[in-house]
Amino acid sequence: MSWDWDVVADVVASICLIGGALLALAAGVGVLRFPDLLSRMHAGTKPQVLGLILVLIGLSLRLRSGGAVWALVLVALFQMLTAPVAAHLVGRAGYRTGKVRRDLLVVDELTDAQDQATRRGTPPEDAPGSSARG
Amino acid sequence: MTAVLLTCAVLLTVAGALALIRAERGPSMLDRTVALDILVTVVVAAVALYASAERRADVVPILVVLSLVGFVGSTTIARFASVEPAGEGRVRTREEIAAEEAERIRAEEEAEEARRARRAREAEGAASDAPRPAADPAEVRAEHAAHGDEARRARVVADEDRREHGADRHVDEHGAGEHDEGSAR
Repeated sequence: MSWDWDVVADVVASICLIGGALLALAAGVGVLRFPDLLSRMHAGTKPQVLGLILVLIGLSLRLRSGGAVWALVLVALFQMLTAPVAAHLVGRAGYRTGKVRRDLLVVDELTDAQDQATRRGTPPEDAPGSSARG
Repeated sequence: MTAVLLTCAVLLTVAGALALIRAERGPSMLDRTVALDILVTVVVAAVALYASAERRADVVPILVVLSLVGFVGSTTIARFASVEPAGEGRVRTREEIAAEEAERIRAEEEAEEARRARRAREAEGAASDAPRPAADPAEVRAEHAAHGDEARRARVVADEDRREHGADRHVDEHGAGEHDEGSAR
């Protein structure tokens, strides 16, 4: 039994590309239907990392040339570095401008920690509304 | 392979359309940021799909640039534009824009009026100061010369003032709310 490795690579690439596209679709549906900022961010970060990596694996299996694949590795690395930073900034800005719906949260550790700090006498710097810049 | 590519294209198109709907509706700027992030990812995936369909390696730099630009955009919005006043997320109507423009012009005219009144007062003060009894005709001549000099200098200063005002107005076209400073001066 002999494998035609080109066909195998193409099939795996197809699976990866479809997986990435499905994740993008899931993100589109989620960002449209979810009720508040944090759940929309949760939906939106799926294709940003996993979906993008799947698509890039598919593309590099189709290209099968050294230099292009290294550039794709660079794209994936860069996305993995920057996606958490952007998500953190968006989430922080959303919390400070009161776009987080408390009734949808199961755990709210940040508000608890702020309450504790306030009770201990530290000025509440991060309270939503008091200071939206930072 | 063609079927796979077609399926992926349809999925990505639907995803992009849904994200675009959220970007249009999004109650706040941050929701729009998240939706546009997804849109950037969809575009990256579409470019990658095209590259894998045509087996073209020369579009790979586009992917690098797109991931860079998407990060810069969302970070900037989240960092600097997180504070939005009420009603900011709404496109203004023509009447509202006209009203704001009228208000701006009125404030500008008021500032100009105040400036003119102040200058007139100052000129009056200078005029009451000016006539002084002088015994020596030479001194009178010298006095006249000095006054002429002063008047010219005053004119120059006024010109500079006007030029400053012009610069002010230029600034105002970009960011409203600088008039108060102008009238206070």
